[in-house]
Amino acid sequence: MLQVDNVSFSYTSSRRVLQDVSFSVMRGSIVGVLGPNGSGKTTLLRLIAGALRPSNGRVTLEGADVLTLSRRDLARRVAVVPQETRTTFDFSVLDIVLMGRYPHLGPFELEGASDLAIAHDALRATGTDDLASRAFATLSGGEKQRVVIASALAQASDALLLDEPTASLDVGYQLDVASLLARLNRDRGCTMLVCTHDLNLAASICAELVLIRRGRLIDRGAPETVLTTANIRSLYDVDAEIAYHPRARRLTVVPIGRAQ
Amino acid sequence: MAGRNDEVRPKPDATVDREKVRRKADRPIRARMIATVGGFGALLVLMCLLAPLAGTTHISLVRAFDRSQAFADNVDAQIFFIARLPRVAAAAIVGAGLAAAGVVFQALLRNPLAAPETLGVSIGASVGAMVAITFLPPFSIGGLSAVPLASFAGSLGALAIVYGLSAARGRGMSSTVLLLGGVVLTTFLGAVVNFIQYVSDFSQTFRTVRWLMGSLDVGGYAPIAAALVPLALATFGYATLPRALDLMSLGPEAAAARGVDVPRAERIALVSASLSTGAAVSLSGPIGFVGIVVPHLVRLMVGADHRLVLPASALFGGAFLIGCDLVARSALAPIELPVGIVTAFIGGPFFLWLLFTRLR
Repeated sequence: MLQVDNVSFSYTSSRRVLQDVSFSVMRGSIVGVLGPNGSGKTTLLRLIAGALRPSNGRVTLEGADVLTLSRRDLARRVAVVPQETRTTFDFSVLDIVLMGRYPHLGPFELEGASDLAIAHDALRATGTDDLASRAFATLSGGEKQRVVIASALAQASDALLLDEPTASLDVGYQLDVASLLARLNRDRGCTMLVCTHDLNLAASICAELVLIRRGRLIDRGAPETVLTTANIRSLYDVDAEIAYHPRARRLTVVPIGRAQ
Repeated sequence: MAGRNDEVRPKPDATVDREKVRRKADRPIRARMIATVGGFGALLVLMCLLAPLAGTTHISLVRAFDRSQAFADNVDAQIFFIARLPRVAAAAIVGAGLAAAGVVFQALLRNPLAAPETLGVSIGASVGAMVAITFLPPFSIGGLSAVPLASFAGSLGALAIVYGLSAARGRGMSSTVLLLGGVVLTTFLGAVVNFIQYVSDFSQTFRTVRWLMGSLDVGGYAPIAAALVPLALATFGYATLPRALDLMSLGPEAAAARGVDVPRAERIALVSASLSTGAAVSLSGPIGFVGIVVPHLVRLMVGADHRLVLPASALFGGAFLIGCDLVARSALAPIELPVGIVTAFIGGPFFLWLLFTRLR
């Protein structure tokens, strides 16, 4: 279980980016973090990934503070899928996925047959196995995102942190990634924390949502209880219509306009 | 039924194709490393054996290695081992040091245009070496003599400035800032070089000018031995790096998220690359473009994996510079060109071509 306890953080002394945020992610669940631009979502992910040190509070994994874990131990427990991944050199898709095995190998150990098997399993799980020998740089945005998710899967961590996994994708790829995440959660019990602007994605795959505005947690709970017109208005200053969609079989959020 | 068969038929072929592709990608990294190091190592050894044969006096490789004749009587062996091999060995060491440093800079800064000369590290090493040649009395600390030490200090200093600039924003390295910093530093340190020449006396100026052109005419094995110490230290550092460099080329946070201790890897990389640049520059003077041409050619041959690229670049860098020196010695024979001119004539246009293709 991932626990965020009273976490505060500021990059400079003047401005608090996060203030007193607490929530937890149960094993095997998908939790979504919603909030407008600059609300501190990415900062929250970086705190959980141990890339930043909270000025107050702590982040624990199964009771252990993430800052006390070595990089290697932390990488075995948490994998990160960033918003965008760029390679400087011409790595193949399989190369990228095998990089996820890094925390499981000794300093001079080379990837063996079992690592290759895990990598191919991750490629199959994300539907990218026929891309294995393609150059990563030549893939489309949606393919890249799926490959990076495969790389995170190969890391065999307890939890996945995803930062706006659908932000740069067209609507088709958004649906692909959403169903991939839901399937990974259902079939493999992957625990996930997903930061997103995509309210419909959040409504469709998340068991619980955490709403953050100006660094403060304003509400949390199941999508049905926290995705309300009032909450959307207070988060984004937007007037939205929220309704159960019978064909999608989930809540859908339609933004109408700026709140008056 | 027929229609279904038509649909089914192409399938086995597609499967076979995919299998073939997968087999290639699956080829174990161990086998690829052995093949790569073996192949490039053989090339370097071949160059080391053949290059000393070229020159005004014709010698035979068989007679040079003929043990039945005493060394004092064996003219071919004397020419091979005393007159010509030191220069070839120097070329191998300098080429390897500069190419390996180039690979590390490019991965660390996530920019294929980064190299000892574009970052101002070469000229930093030059300033260090010139200060030692011009002002310092000869001394040595633990087997390291003044010139390589000063040249290591110069390269580390220059690198620290450029690196500090790019890291100062707190958001990792911006390659624009980095390359711009390299340009400014190169110009500034160029002025320092001119200043040192201006204040030193005429005979020293002549020596430093020749040195600044880059020459592999080391005259014996003593300078080579002196350069081998920092190079050996750098090699230890390099040995720990390849996989971390692979991951760091995705960005420092992506590398950290996969378990790389990024600050530690950065420190090892910066010190090792400075050591090997300093060793190379102290031996031969600044020789440009090896650190950028060689890693690029090697990546075209072996791909992106640094477990292949780093050793292959070091070995190929040695062979490449031996080849360039061969051209420098023979192109206008009996006049010898400084080898730095040859590498610049190859590397300059190559660098521009690289810029064009990357900007397109």
